[in-house]
This record gives sequence, structure tokens and C-alpha cells, in this order.
Amino acid sequence: MKVLAFDQERCVGCHICEEVCSDTWFKTTDVEKSSIRILDEGTGPLKAVFCVQCGECIDVCPTKALYRDRKGIVRLKKKLCVGCLSCVGFCPYEAMFYHPDHLEPFKCIVCGQCVKECPAEALSIVEEAAPAPTVTEQWETVVG
Amino acid sequence: MTAQGSRRVLAEFAYEVPPVERGYTNQTLYVNLSDNTITAKPVTEEMKEKFIGGRGFGLWLLWHAVKDDTKWNDPENEIIISSGPCGGITQYPGSGKSLVVTISPLTDIPIDSNVGGHFGPLLKFSGWDALEIQGKAEKDVIVVIDGQNGRVTIEEADGVPVDSHLVGHWLIEEMAEKEEDRYFMSVVAAGSGAEHTRIGCLNFSFYDRRRKAPRFKQAGRGGIGTVFRDKRIKAIVVKSPPVRGDSNRPADPERIARAGLRLHKEIHDYDDQQNRMRKRGTPYLVQIMDDYDLLPVHNFKFGSHPDTPKINGDVWEGRFSQGLPDGCWYGCTMSCSHAVDHYTVRTGPYKGQKVIVDGPEYETIAGVGSNCGIFDPDAILEINFYCDTYGIDTISFGTLTAFVMECYEAGILDKEKTGGLELRFGNADAAIELLHQMARGEGFGKIAGQGVRRMKEYFVKEFGADPQFVQDIGMEAKGLEYSEYVCKESLAQQGGYGLTNKGPQHDEAWLIFMDMVSNLLPTFEDKAEALHYFPMWRTWFGLCGFCKLPWNDIVPPDNAMTDEPAKIPAHVQNYVEIFSGVTGKEVTADDLITMSERVYNFQRVFNIRLGKGLREHDAVPYRSMGPVTVEEYESRAERYDKQLRELLGLDPEKMTTEEKLAALRKYREEQYEKLIDAVYARRGWTKDGVPTLETLKRLGIDYPDVVEVVKRHL
Ligand code: SF4
Ligand code: SF4
Ligand code: SF4
Repeated sequence: MKVLAFDQERCVGCHICEEVCSDTWFKTTDVEKSSIRILDEGTGPLKAVFCVQCGECIDVCPTKALYRDRKGIVRLKKKLCVGCLSCVGFCPYEAMFYHPDHLEPFKCIVCGQCVKECPAEALSIVEEAAPAPTVTEQWETVVG
Repeated sequence: MTAQGSRRVLAEFAYEVPPVERGYTNQTLYVNLSDNTITAKPVTEEMKEKFIGGRGFGLWLLWHAVKDDTKWNDPENEIIISSGPCGGITQYPGSGKSLVVTISPLTDIPIDSNVGGHFGPLLKFSGWDALEIQGKAEKDVIVVIDGQNGRVTIEEADGVPVDSHLVGHWLIEEMAEKEEDRYFMSVVAAGSGAEHTRIGCLNFSFYDRRRKAPRFKQAGRGGIGTVFRDKRIKAIVVKSPPVRGDSNRPADPERIARAGLRLHKEIHDYDDQQNRMRKRGTPYLVQIMDDYDLLPVHNFKFGSHPDTPKINGDVWEGRFSQGLPDGCWYGCTMSCSHAVDHYTVRTGPYKGQKVIVDGPEYETIAGVGSNCGIFDPDAILEINFYCDTYGIDTISFGTLTAFVMECYEAGILDKEKTGGLELRFGNADAAIELLHQMARGEGFGKIAGQGVRRMKEYFVKEFGADPQFVQDIGMEAKGLEYSEYVCKESLAQQGGYGLTNKGPQHDEAWLIFMDMVSNLLPTFEDKAEALHYFPMWRTWFGLCGFCKLPWNDIVPPDNAMTDEPAKIPAHVQNYVEIFSGVTGKEVTADDLITMSERVYNFQRVFNIRLGKGLREHDAVPYRSMGPVTVEEYESRAERYDKQLRELLGLDPEKMTTEEKLAALRKYREEQYEKLIDAVYARRGWTKDGVPTLETLKRLGIDYPDVVEVVKRHL
């Protein structure tokens, strides 16, 4: 399963990844629409917030709009989403985002654009073991 | 679970589905089953301004539909279902409720019930702020509201099953063309038990996308299901266009989203440490109530029992399927609508079927469990399942069965009188058989199904029961059975039950902790203020389509530091934001209370109009105030003796238990009367409980017909 990885030692805080992400998915420079956020808390190294594909949000979604695709990436089917924002409030990494311009939330789907554009090579895509199936996935096999 | 049935259209009405505007469609749907008329009625600005929606709309429509002497089973009685302007938003937990109003077969006055499931919001998204059903069909019918195609039909329902779990499945399978259709359908149904008793409830479905089955929430109180079956309705079904995040077309979606995000996060961060609603739902209360001596045991005689751990929240956490988004509407991350899956039915017509049991909720566990001396989770599940599918209210069933059991143990009833049922505390098999009898309309079940008030009269007349004794132990007021809290030690809660519009249901006020545990209401004025504020506040949820639970079953971590922690000020502010955000009308927290006051006083006048609603009707049985029997007194002798000593300056050592009972009773009954005086004054009512003309004027509900009712009593 592919996930984004962040090296805080390398990050220079240029925020280019945020711009690339919001431009890629929303054709805008509004970084509030980026699925990656670089946080500077004033002390210590910079932090990055992005989805780690843990799948917890899948189990809070009442509509089954969230699912794990064949590559292991957690994705959102807009057609099913009712914009309840449960997933935003329940993401343990605060990596599911809301923007008032859109009914549906958004998140990183490991497209890799920010990795390509990061001048400091602080971002990469790594391979991780697939996590245990979510409760939702288990029910799919029970109910059939 | 297959059934054979056929549908034949009796009447049809085509309509344009209007867009929702700021929470309203601005029209209501009127269906008359006597003459098969179906029409649209406009929603006026006056209605929105004064009655808001939900329960307010229900009462307003009902007021204009009935006469002063209308009874529950007269054709002009109506069943009205309406969500409210905020019903159907998806971003804030608990925003999908339906409010149901009708004249109750138990109380003969309006009953209102706040229920989950998807019906109310889907009704709105199909073009209707409310559904108003009048008249009576000759043969069983179903009412179909197809908001995808703009078509309402009344249809004959031959061979269609009546019990909810069957008719719910049947209709959804019958009408859904593809899987997605199921998502946006909701069925309202009762059951065979609703037909033969006065304690019928309605089941409101929502489609569970993981379990791939309809689930049901109950509009339990007051016998609405009985009215439904009396009108010969088997089911109402709505099929709505797909729900989107903006289906309710709010004025300011971002304001709602921000409030929703705050609460989702709060629930995510603190529910596990606070009430664990997401894991155990309302059953978390069972152990707490027992710990504080508030859990009804043996017909409210006692407040705790050594066997409570067998049916407490730990047990249910183990039985409920975990990790699912069990909200009864989209976006409810409080997620309390849990279920026990793959339960195998042990008795009755569905014996051997594997079913989903929706619940049990706290009230069910306490009512059919501890209050009846039943501490077996499987028996509770069996009763829960059958109550729901038969369309019987678990609270009334629990409270009336507990009453029957006490009468049995007191010798008023015996095996001969019950037709062989040994209805002693703890006899689960007898309780289950009583329930099946209710569904079949047979035997003692038929008598018991009339409710506590009518049983009291019957036992006095037929079995020579002592009228005072059955009056004292029969836990009903205004004809409605008590919900499941022991309020003997909380005067405020005695008023919270007695000084209600619809009868003793805790959804108007739950003040036991504030009063008894935290001692925040020491004076009559404090109690009266609480019995003004909280009933009004809780009424407001039902005007707008909200659930009460996300208001105070989760609190922000700094809540205790606020000026009025019992009000949860941060959450009140969320509701201010949402109401303004939906309707575009700027309101304050005080405005919300005024909205409720209007509807609440209107309902009080409605009660008076129908012959109840005066001081004499706010009387409560003594079991709700204090110990009735020697056994009961002696079980808590230390507590009561102390009160005699400290409050009345008596020396309990020198008194018999009977003397002590009498002294305590006199004191407590006087306290209740003083409480009534204080509460009526605070609410702007006369000493007889009638809203004054001034009150009606201040609230802007001094309509000529309202004033006329009040004038007769001034
Ligand atoms: S959005 Fe959050 S909860 Fe969902 S997979 Fe990503 S990190 Fe996990
Ligand atoms: S916002 Fe959409 S994706 Fe997220 S939980 Fe709600 S329905 Fe599911
Ligand atoms: S808290 Fe429970 S009852 Fe209330 S809306 Fe949520 S799931 Fe439904």
C-alpha cells in the first residue's frame, strides 16, 4: 500500500506542496483546499498533516462513500457522500479537510504531484503493509 | 421474510416537487382516508413565525382539524408528521428527527413524539414540510409519497403484512428498483399489537447500508400506533430524491458546517471518557441510575437491585455490534442507535427467525427489565423485538406490566383472573406471553393493553381492588404510563413528570441530578425556574427536527467552568448558529426559549380545550412521590427516618411504620402543591394552571379561538 511520507529534517517550509495540491485538484491557489498542510508551530521542526490511509474514516461514514481502492488508497465516492463531515471530525490525523466552497470533504490520495515539486525532497511515496480490514470491510463479507 | 401482497391504487395526486428554501418547502400534504382526497396546503408565514415546524406544525394543524369533543378514534383526529426547519441537515449530529402529533387513546389530549429514522427529512426533500392524515379507511391501506416522481397515492394493501419488521422489508423490496433506491426510502408502520391495545407505537425506518436492511426507531409514547391502525393504515412510505449535503438549502451552510465540525470533534475526543454513547448508547445509564437509587425496580418500589450488573451498559456493549456508524440520521456521530445482530427469536410467530433487534434503549431495559424484576438480557431482547414489530411502546408495556405484577403479588390478581399467566416479578415467560396476547387481541393481554389508568378502574370494578392502593401504585398521570426513572427523592422531577403537557415522559425535563445529587435547586423558585427553562428548551428540539441527546450526552471539557453548566452554554450557542444558518433569521438563545413557550402554552390551551390541562390533571400517583407500602418504607428506613427527624422534627423511634408513612406522605404531598404554585406562577398561568390572557398576548398566540378556551376558566 502506497502512502505519502514526510521528512521533517529536510522540509524548508516553502509550502509549495500545498499550492501544488490545491492547484492539482481544485485549480486554485487557495491553500485551504490542499490535502497536505505544513504546520509551523514556532518551536521544533515543521510538521506535515496528510492522510496516512489508516482507514478509520471508512467506519464513520454513514453512506459508505469512503472505501479503500485496490491499491489500498482510501477514496471518496462523491455521488454517495452527503457532506455530513463525520469523517472530518473523526480523522485521528485531522487529515480529512472541509472547505466551505464544497459539499464534500477531501483528502490525499497519493497522486504524488507534491512529491515531484518539493524542492527540498522532503516528501516521498513509500510502500507500507496493508492495515487490518475495517469493520465496514468485514461486514461486506458477512452480509455479502 | 418474504410475504405475498398486492397493491392497488385507490387515489392519486400528482405534484411538482418544490425546492426546499431555508429549511422549508412551504407546503404540507393533506390526506383524507375517509374520502380519499389528497391535496397540498400552503405553509403561511404566520405558521413559520409562531409555530416553527415539527411539533409546532403538528399542534397547529391538529387544532384546526378537530372539535372540542373529538376523541382519538373519531375520523377527524389526525396523525401529523413533521420534521422542522433544521431537520435534514447532515452536518450536525442529531438533526433528522420527525415529530408526530395526534390525540392519544391513553390521555385523550394531544401527544407528541420525537422519533429518529429518515422519514421526516425525506418527506421534506420530497416536497412536504408536514404530512397530515385525517379520516379512516374502510380497508387496510398504504400511503405512498414518491418524491422522485411527484406522486402521492393511497393504495389498498391486501395480503401485505402488518408487523413492522415484515412490512418494512416488504415495501422496500417491492418499491426499490435498484440498491440506491433503498437508501432514500423510509417506511412508517405499526403492527398487530397496536391494533388491540391503546399503547401502539410507530416504527420509522432508515436503511442501514452495511447491514443491508431497514432499521427502525420508535415513536413510542401515547398510543400513536393505535390511532394509525384505527385509521387502517398499514404503512406510509416515502421515496425521496437522493440526499445531498445541501438538500435542506440553508441560508448559510458554512455556519452549520463549523458547528457540526466542533461537535464531531468533541464526540470523537471525549465520548469514550464521558458516556460511551458510541459503544453502548443510552444503556450506559442503567448502572448510573442503579448507583443513585433511581433505576425503577418492581414497579418503582425500589431504585436499585443486586442483579443490575446483568443488564447494565457493560453487558450491552458486548452484545451490540461495534464500530458501525449507528446514527439514526446522516452525520449523527453520537451514533447511539445500536443493534443486536443475528438474534434468534425464541417464542411466538417469528420463532426461529434471525433478526436485528434495534436497541434496547435505556428505557426499555429499565421498563421491561428491572421494573418487572427481569434481569435476563435475552428476555429483554425478546420483548424489545416483539414490542417493536407488534407496534407496542416498550415504556408503557414495561410500566403497565410492572403494575400488573405488583397487583398479582398483592393478591388483586391471580392465575384465574389472568387466564393462567403467573405474572409475578421476574417471570419473563409470562411477560412475553402477555405481549403475544396483546398482538392477538386475546385474554388478559387485551385488558392490560388498555393501559394502567383503565386497568385501575377495571380491577376496582371487577376484582374489588382497593381504589386508593391501585391509584397509589399505578404509575400513570393524565393516562400515560411513567417513563423509567424513580423520582421519589427529587421534588423537581416529580414536577418534571407531573407538570407536563403530554403526560409523564422525561423528555420535557430531567432534573434529578441537578436537584437531588448536586442540590442546585434548593428553593421552590429555583425549581420553578428549572421547570420553566428546561421544558421550554427541550421543546425546542421538537420544533426544529433535532435530537436532544447530542445536546447533553456529550459536553465540552470546560463546561463545568461555565456559569450554567446544566444548560451546556456552548451547545446552546451551536443551536443558535444552526437555526440562524438554516433560516437566515438572526436569533439569540432567549429567542429559542420564546419559540418554545409559544408552542408549549398553545399545547396547554389545547389540553384545556379537550377537557384536561388544569391543575387537577397535573396530579401524580403517590408512588412517584414517596413510599406507598411498609415494605417500601422499611427498605429505605434510614433515609426516610432522617427526613422525618430533620424536616418535620418528629421522633421516628416512637412511631409505627404506618404512622411514619402517613407523616411523610402528608409532607411530600404538601411540597408538591407548593411546587405547582411556584411553577404555574413562573410559567404565567393561573393557580388552576390556565395560561393567562397576558401570557397569550405576550407570546402572540391570543387568537380568538384560543382566548375563548382560556376565558372559560379565568
Ligand atoms: S483521512 Fe484520516 S482517517 Fe481517513 S484514511 Fe486518511 S488518515 Fe485515516
Ligand atoms: S462527509 Fe461524505 S465521505 Fe465524509 S463521512 Fe460524511 S458522507 Fe462519508
Ligand atoms: S443521538 Fe442517537 S437518537 Fe439522537 S440522532 Fe443520534 S443516533 Fe439518533
